[in-house]
Amino acid sequence: MRWIWIDKFIQFESGKQAISLKNVTLAEEHLHDHFPGFPVMPESLCIEAMAQTAGILVGEAKKFQEKVILAKIKKAVFFDYVKPGDTIKLEAKIESIAPEAAGTSGRITCSDKLVAEIDLMFSHIDQNLAGKEFPEENFVFGSDTSVFQSLLRDVLASTGKESE
Amino acid sequence: MAMSRDEIQQQVQEVLVEALGVDDDEVTTEATLMGDLGAESIDFLDIVFRLEKAFGIKIPREELFPAEDLMNDSELIHNGKLTEKGLAELRDKMPHTDLSEFEKDPDINKMGDLFTVNAIINYVENKLNAA
Repeated sequence: MRWIWIDKFIQFESGKQAISLKNVTLAEEHLHDHFPGFPVMPESLCIEAMAQTAGILVGEAKKFQEKVILAKIKKAVFFDYVKPGDTIKLEAKIESIAPEAAGTSGRITCSDKLVAEIDLMFSHIDQNLAGKEFPEENFVFGSDTSVFQSLLRDVLASTGKESE
Repeated sequence: MAMSRDEIQQQVQEVLVEALGVDDDEVTTEATLMGDLGAESIDFLDIVFRLEKAFGIKIPREELFPAEDLMNDSELIHNGKLTEKGLAELRDKMPHTDLSEFEKDPDINKMGDLFTVNAIINYVENKLNAA
């Protein structure tokens, strides 16, 4: 099973930008300890949510054929807490994309208030690391893409309507 | 309007400060990217992307940092050192870099030291003049 840390995409422009949502709930157990009496979403997990949003955007740009790995956090600046009950909006944009890698910029907002700015780099690992070999199977975007389909359900539905 | 070498240098320094999280006084023209500034392989791509943006140029990766291509070819590398053919290839691929010191002992482990701040400034200057 894959660990999915965002709930759905609400906008997806192939190779350019995507917007996803994550609902934060006190049912997430780690919030009970982070921190007792003052639950806030760990900033590392805000970065993870952005990495998944931007990573799927980058993966889709190459039709999920590349193994896309988070390679570098270029920037992560936080302006506000994310609390249980919040819905955060993650906007990711591809700034540069090359055969070996991609750079993205991103913003997290909550009710239009800026929460964080997170810029990332992803490596297409088969095209990198001096020809080092990795398992042939795409362990990032495996054959079972149904989970990505479900994340993209709203986006796919709306494009479907437009084409009708 | 053409950029002066000073302006290019300043921009390159800014790019490296941002990409590598170093202080601007560390980014001297002689500083080596890997040895002095702690760059890793993904940082080279980050630098390439940032330079493209800052100067509005297109940089084929193997043009600015051609080391990885060479590393995989046994004709060009023998016993951890660049062969004559490898050196010729490197000269051809890195016209913006002074290789005279390296040629005395072309150890591939020292290849990282070839990538200096100065080499990037030279490269960008050539690229802008050619445009």
